[in-house]
Amino acid sequence: MLDIREMELNMGPQHPSTHGVLRLILYLDGETVVDCKPVMGYLHRGTEKLMETRNYYQNVPFTDRTDYLAAPYMNLGYVEAVEKLAGWEVPERAQYVRTAIAELTRIASHLLWLGTHAMDIGAQTMVLWTMREREVVLDFFESALGDRLTTSAFRPGGLRRELPDGWIDAVLAFCKTFPDRIDEYEALLSRNRIWLARTVGVGVISGQDAIDLGLSGPMLRGSGVPYDIRKEMPYAAYDKVDFDIAVEEECDSYARYLVRLVEMRQAVLIVEQCLDALPEGPIQGKVPKTHKIEAGREVYHVVESPRGELGYYIVSSGTGVPYKCKIRAPSFVNLQSLTPMSIGRLVADVVTIIGTLDIVLGDVDR
Amino acid sequence: MSTELLIQYGVIPIIQILVVMIVVLTVVAYGVYAERKILAFIHSRLGPMRVGPWGLFQPIADGLKLLMKEDLRPSVADSLIFVMAPAILMLAAFSALTMVPFGEGTTMFGYEVPYVIADVNIGILAMLALSSLSVYAVVLGGWSSNSKYPLIGALRGAAQMVSYEVALAFTVVATLMIAGTMSTVGIVEAQRELGAWFFILQPVGFVIFVICMVAETNRLPFDLPEAETELVSGYFTEFSGMRWAFYMLGEYAAMIVMSCLAVTLYLGGWLRPFPNSELTAFLDVIPGPLWFVLKGFMFMYFFMWIRGTYPRYRYDQLMTIGWKVLIPISIANLFFTGIIILLVQAAAG
Repeated sequence: MLDIREMELNMGPQHPSTHGVLRLILYLDGETVVDCKPVMGYLHRGTEKLMETRNYYQNVPFTDRTDYLAAPYMNLGYVEAVEKLAGWEVPERAQYVRTAIAELTRIASHLLWLGTHAMDIGAQTMVLWTMREREVVLDFFESALGDRLTTSAFRPGGLRRELPDGWIDAVLAFCKTFPDRIDEYEALLSRNRIWLARTVGVGVISGQDAIDLGLSGPMLRGSGVPYDIRKEMPYAAYDKVDFDIAVEEECDSYARYLVRLVEMRQAVLIVEQCLDALPEGPIQGKVPKTHKIEAGREVYHVVESPRGELGYYIVSSGTGVPYKCKIRAPSFVNLQSLTPMSIGRLVADVVTIIGTLDIVLGDVDR
Repeated sequence: MSTELLIQYGVIPIIQILVVMIVVLTVVAYGVYAERKILAFIHSRLGPMRVGPWGLFQPIADGLKLLMKEDLRPSVADSLIFVMAPAILMLAAFSALTMVPFGEGTTMFGYEVPYVIADVNIGILAMLALSSLSVYAVVLGGWSSNSKYPLIGALRGAAQMVSYEVALAFTVVATLMIAGTMSTVGIVEAQRELGAWFFILQPVGFVIFVICMVAETNRLPFDLPEAETELVSGYFTEFSGMRWAFYMLGEYAAMIVMSCLAVTLYLGGWLRPFPNSELTAFLDVIPGPLWFVLKGFMFMYFFMWIRGTYPRYRYDQLMTIGWKVLIPISIANLFFTGIIILLVQAAAG
């Protein structure tokens, strides 16, 4: 008799669609996945440990390099946690600008997700179309923050500098045209038979399972749980703007695709509201030069990053350097749902599922 | 007398073969360039622009690069089959081109020069058989690499090409029944006699043929054997340099063969639209071979266009479409075509 056993297939860390250095050990029966073991840590840089050796201000660039596709959001979570820890005030103008930049980040991040997700499924045109618009957003970052990817956008107490002249008008002009671009993407994908065949019913995770696994962000809202930290625990200026939470009930990849599209549309509305109602005043609050925070304080602050619940747990040491800084990375937690979603599916679905998770390996490994 | 025979049956075919080879290789090289350009325009970018004006020398640069690359062979690969597999693909694709009728033929210097290298009476059958041989290139290439991704790609390729071949053959048979011949030249002549291109008489068959044609050549949305986001590069993951180029060229040559087959079977070969109508007679200013090439390029463009538009099917969906949709429809099409032919013959007495 022939010895029949599963084929062990090593997917990654150098694989075109594991979005970085994720490695999956797949056990295959034919093309059906029997078991799937994610192996991570290839991009571990000891960020959290490094943050114990620099002062609060110097730590901002470290946060850029965790989730590098949504760097301003990583900065936002960190600086707000530090501000909460120290009790520093942030001027209202800075809050509004932060919210606008944070939502532009969401647009940029979701655009890259949409492009790569579509490319994983074989639609090559999407990635170049979305890059076209992402480029505009990155130009906004470059002119306002000085960098495109690792922005170090915010500092404790506010922003490094005032917005450049004409920036607001340029962003508002982009907000006018961008919804049409989303319509363009939808024209190519939303009712495309092959797209539907590849995403509907793939990567199903029920609302209860999603909660049990600790999923957050579009992964959770795509499973019908209307939980958005921007509404539940508003931060920055989110309590002053009007927007809807995107929720879909179907629990599959297509539902999450719709959620992210709606989030992009809502992000445009938030940016417009923030920039229209931008109050005058200083952009940087008063912060002690040494950044010294008294010992024994601790804080856990969460924000809704494009990937989900991003939390910073910081313990002060009495000096300008944190005693401990733990990052609750949404990609890391969301990655846990990969195995339950993949088992019993085909290899091609694993690629779809990695795409729909929208993980960033910098965020997973830190 | 014998000199004349030698020229008629020796020199002329050799010249024909050379012309076809050179033209097709150029079309393949510039087909890659065209694909890159067309895809780039669909993607709203420019494509190759650096080598020569508008990047026109890009194919030459690419070819030179591939030729000069180190000849790499995995140590665990089965060397004989590994070397053979890419050659099979090229061989199959180019041999099929010998039976493509590019035009009516002329007389030059007293010698008859047909615009087809070999007008055999089983032309279509031979073309289908030769294009089916390319599945060996896929399977042997994937198997001999002795690696997992190529193996999965090869198995996918084998399953896909075999199942789509069935639907393809059934639709072609329906057309052959109308034409009453298997000779490629005969089929075009039959379309002239009936006064209509066969896609008008075989609309369902034409659609199925086009779908199968895309699947048969492993192009998107049916490019599962090489699905680069799942299987890295599928069956040719381990190939590099000129062997890889052979797969690439073979794929293009297969596209050309399939386009030629489609033009011959459904779009009237070298004929103008409505070949019997006086209204379209002015279109004869365009010579026959040019008509053929234009129609062929239309299909080539179609291949590239769908590549820029559609995502990729999943393996099981692909098989479902093949076995549960295309094959039953093609059999039904064959059946109804047969009935109608019988009725027409009965009516004609």
